[in-house]
Amino acid sequence: MDPQEYQQLEQQITPPTPYVKNVLKAFLVGGLICTIGQAIMYLYIIFFDFTDKTAGNATTATMVFIAAVLTGLGIYRKLGAFAGAGSAVPVTGFSNAVVSAAIEGRTEGMVLGVGGNIFKLAGSVILFGVGSAFFVALIKLILVTAGVVKW
Amino acid sequence: MVILFTSKPSIIACGVAAGPLEQRSVFYSYFDSVAEDERWGQKSNEQGHSKMIQEACDIVMEKAKIKNLDVDFFLSGDLVNQMTPTNFAARELAISFIGLFSACATSVSSVIVASLLTELGASQYAIAGAASQHNAIERQFRYPINYGFQKPATAQWTVTAAGYALIGKHDPNLPSIVAGTVGKVVDYGEVNPLHMGGAMAPAAYDTITSHLKKRHQKITDYDLIMTGDLGKIGLKILKAMFAQSGEKQEDLEIFRDAGGEFYGEDEKFQAGASGAGCSASVFFSYIEQQLKTGRFKRVLLVATGALLSPLSYQQGETIPCTAHAIEITME
Amino acid sequence: MLFFNFLIAFMVGGIICVIGQLLMDVGKLTPGHTLVTLVVAGSILDGLGLYDPLIDFAGAGATIPITSFGNALTHGAMAEAEKHGWVGVLTGMFEVTSSGISAAIVFGFLAALIFKPKGKVD
Repeated sequence: MDPQEYQQLEQQITPPTPYVKNVLKAFLVGGLICTIGQAIMYLYIIFFDFTDKTAGNATTATMVFIAAVLTGLGIYRKLGAFAGAGSAVPVTGFSNAVVSAAIEGRTEGMVLGVGGNIFKLAGSVILFGVGSAFFVALIKLILVTAGVVKW
Repeated sequence: MVILFTSKPSIIACGVAAGPLEQRSVFYSYFDSVAEDERWGQKSNEQGHSKMIQEACDIVMEKAKIKNLDVDFFLSGDLVNQMTPTNFAARELAISFIGLFSACATSVSSVIVASLLTELGASQYAIAGAASQHNAIERQFRYPINYGFQKPATAQWTVTAAGYALIGKHDPNLPSIVAGTVGKVVDYGEVNPLHMGGAMAPAAYDTITSHLKKRHQKITDYDLIMTGDLGKIGLKILKAMFAQSGEKQEDLEIFRDAGGEFYGEDEKFQAGASGAGCSASVFFSYIEQQLKTGRFKRVLLVATGALLSPLSYQQGETIPCTAHAIEITME
Repeated sequence: MLFFNFLIAFMVGGIICVIGQLLMDVGKLTPGHTLVTLVVAGSILDGLGLYDPLIDFAGAGATIPITSFGNALTHGAMAEAEKHGWVGVLTGMFEVTSSGISAAIVFGFLAALIFKPKGKVD
């Protein structure tokens, strides 16, 4: 049996990805996390005199905190196994990536273990976010300077 | 390469130590010791891993009523970088030691080396086996333990278990190793590290067919051919390969997989168990005991190993795999 | 009205997650590649001036997904670039986004002190 024949056979037997089920789960959990975020935002606006603009940061920090606790308790792992992108894409998933890496590094000490590994998973998100922001802003600046678009 | 052991080295005693989650294994009642703490009271997972290996080896020596000074060789491996858990266990055991790496196939490659040393007359007693600890392996090969990600149906759960066997001179009342096959490294181009069964099945097929050919045997000459950790899906693929090569459907029942059966039908474990300790803990508990009671007279144990690293996967390499086999008989 | 806002947040947030899921399942991307793709997408959308309207429309449905991280970085960089020119591209970057990252770092650090990784299946 050559590799190509084998890959055909393997594909026949391997159960297909449950696309519909996964999409539904991602939609429900992702939507729910954003709804919770919306609720927290309203709480900040109504009870703590935050404005629409400033409540965003407080909400993000709160969601990150909740996800950190759930990660420590091992609950976010279960949520991630169930929801896939539904729990990975919200900022809580970013928190999960940072916190789980930090906890994992504990046995190698605070500096080399926690410090050296805390951005093991989330580092690429930060790098590409910053890199992309740099180039987008640069392009926009060039275009504005050239008089093609306005700010 | 098939090796015939004319002196038929015997499995004198076996010892299996497992973690708390392994209480859910269908083979649980055959294990010698199951820990309450997955770190064995140690500070790190890796230290716990090491402690578990020591415990399994201590059980082996206790059962055989010998001390570490009586053992000539300790042949073992695990999946952590540079195999530190095994190396550190060897330090405590103070037995002449060779570390072996065949990934999850180490459980059998170590027995083959032990049998060779016994056949040579160089070894009176040799402890051979392998181990894996879930947390230590997962953090190395995949994600941090508390990171949430979706596993496909083909994913397998690394077991926390250590399985060791004491190999000595032939004893007609004990299971004896009559032949062993050292597998080639086979790579059919699988790249998905969450589909190990699919990557390893061709290696198992290659090793089993080589063994049968050299021994002039059919699959039905065995009471059981058990693979290490192909998982439920990998076993199906292996059976399909043998079906295509002309084996009868009813004869394929001879094939079983330790990883596929390990956690029963619990879907939380997806396709089943994996890890060096998976085949080691099943072969050196359940299988050994079934041989001793005479339920099986002739078995072929085929441990499978995926020879990848997180680095090789990230560099876009395919997953090379191997399988080593031992034929054990009971007179 | 309040209910309507929640519904929009739910729908938009859910749809962004579905895009992520499709990138993983159909596009066969790892979680890491998926998140990076979404962050870059958020950044580009902001460059085109499309992400702010989305936030106005969906609220947390647009600010909670990781796409908003790319948006916020770009937003800060562009706002400073407008004021200070070339230097602003660099200095403005973390102006808006610091809360998510700093919170994650602080809580990650604290969690590392408290919790141990546990390999439980359920």
